[in-house]
Amino acid sequence: MLAEGLTLASPLMSPIVKLVAQRIALGILLLLAVSVLIFAGTQILPGDVAQAILGQSATPESLANLREQLGLNQPAYIRYFHWLGGVLTGDLGTAMSSGQDIATSIKGRLWNTLFLAFWAAIVAIPLAITLGLIAVRYRNGWVDKLISGVALASTSFPEFFIGYLLVFYFAVQHQWFPAISTVYDGMSLGERLQAIVLPAAALTLVVLAHMMRMTRAAILNVMQSAYVETAELKGLSAFAVIRKHAFPNAIAPIINVVMLNLAYLVVGVVVVEVIFVYPGMGQYLVDHVTKRDVPVVQAVGLIFAAVYISLNIIADIAAIVANPRLRHPK
Amino acid sequence: MLDIRRIPIPALVGIVLTTLFVLMAVFAPWISPHDNAEIVGDVWEPMSAAHWLGTDNLGRDLLSRMIYGARITLFIAVLATALSFSLGAILGFSAAVFGGWFDTLLSRLVDLLMSIPTLIMALVVLSVLPSNLVTLILVMGILDSTRVYRLSRAVAVDINVMDYVEAAKLRGEGSGWIIFREILPNALSPLVSELGLRFIYAVLFLSTLSFLGLGVQPPDADWGGMVKENKDGIVFGIPAALIPAAAIAALAISVNLVADWVLNRTTSLKGGRG
Repeated sequence: MLAEGLTLASPLMSPIVKLVAQRIALGILLLLAVSVLIFAGTQILPGDVAQAILGQSATPESLANLREQLGLNQPAYIRYFHWLGGVLTGDLGTAMSSGQDIATSIKGRLWNTLFLAFWAAIVAIPLAITLGLIAVRYRNGWVDKLISGVALASTSFPEFFIGYLLVFYFAVQHQWFPAISTVYDGMSLGERLQAIVLPAAALTLVVLAHMMRMTRAAILNVMQSAYVETAELKGLSAFAVIRKHAFPNAIAPIINVVMLNLAYLVVGVVVVEVIFVYPGMGQYLVDHVTKRDVPVVQAVGLIFAAVYISLNIIADIAAIVANPRLRHPK
Repeated sequence: MLDIRRIPIPALVGIVLTTLFVLMAVFAPWISPHDNAEIVGDVWEPMSAAHWLGTDNLGRDLLSRMIYGARITLFIAVLATALSFSLGAILGFSAAVFGGWFDTLLSRLVDLLMSIPTLIMALVVLSVLPSNLVTLILVMGILDSTRVYRLSRAVAVDINVMDYVEAAKLRGEGSGWIIFREILPNALSPLVSELGLRFIYAVLFLSTLSFLGLGVQPPDADWGGMVKENKDGIVFGIPAALIPAAAIAALAISVNLVADWVLNRTTSLKGGRG
């Protein structure tokens, strides 16, 4: 998007390019700060990390070994730069619990997680926008109240309640879909999709309510403006008003809402993967938190944070680009 | 009866259910038919007259576990909310009153903490911290206090420029007086309406952590932990894990209903701030 802007670098485009570049630079800075935070988060324990990991029964030799392995004999800032240098060159270190290279184990899992999140987003986004539009069209009617009520209820539902309800009805009682989403190399796309139907549905339901409520609010906000009243007064049908006048102006806030909720998928995916025993990043993270495998937790935590921050940056950029006032400066 | 908006039946339902949950938690040892860890029968017995909700994955009475689970869930959620509120509000008010580098430092730190999902940050720190209740409450409370901090700072910045605060400063009151006697009473109503939402968040967050095996440790279990204990039964058609999960949802919805009602009442009384 930045490159596209630069090739068109006319005076007309410059404010957008400047804003977008600023936003990206800020994002990179934030990511760097977050890497410090994540690193510091694993150093906060007063006392000995090695002791905490191995427990009270650890022998002095194994403690010394682990300290050596974690580089605990060096000061924290040296360890941080060492770690950061590794991350920037694609070397995420080795897992303490299994001795495997983290980058290699993550590659397939990252792909699996993105695959799941992608399909959940594909279903959730159009559904949320359509439901939001319907809720606005029949504002204060029973449809709107029903949609709002369901949305309120589902924000109060823990992810695993939705997940296990789906498993109970669709996998156990009707056996339409598998309860455990096994995926492996060499599976065809169709088989993969069949395997992720339930986790994708659970993820969709997790973000749907929130996305829909915010879409509704964004469109309602536009509906109260003068040009919409004019359109109504000149006799356009309610759907025509929404489609021709309200929706184009609400698109920027809606894109923002959608991206923010995709960032919310990042959290939902952790729990959903555990429910369906899906071999993705979330499951990997939770497993290694339990094993107290610090290098893996740092690496995966950083990747989750990077995805989250990137989605937020994209949301901001989309809002900047979709803003007609910035596209056509006076 | 049909006009739900006039008669706040949802609020009434919310109040009754929330009260029931609280009573259940407070009087757990007296009302539960069996002890929390007592094994009373076979694994995953169906619902029966002897065991109203059946038994769990180790043959313990599920109803008794649910009642004790209410106690643990509410206890931790209340303490975490209390911590996040006192910490967030005091720091937020102080930042607004003192301003300068103190405000900048705290606000940037909060921005940083909020720039990644709370669950991810919690998982990172829980990978090295010992698993006990104090750690759990501290992690939940501190991470959640960022949201309270933002709200209280925003509210306090508005109040801090009011004439009565100016007057208090001119007559030589200290920062402690300004924060607790001038700002706190005036910031209370937007903060109280936030309280319900933060409590729901604490319940859901605790349940998620326990479900992932990082919250309350066995043999004690909150509702999220009970879902984890019984989740393997689901594929055999045993709905034991759905009961605590539904209880979490019911608690969250009831508190939500009450919070909504309180919010509407306070905004209509005060002419609507927040």
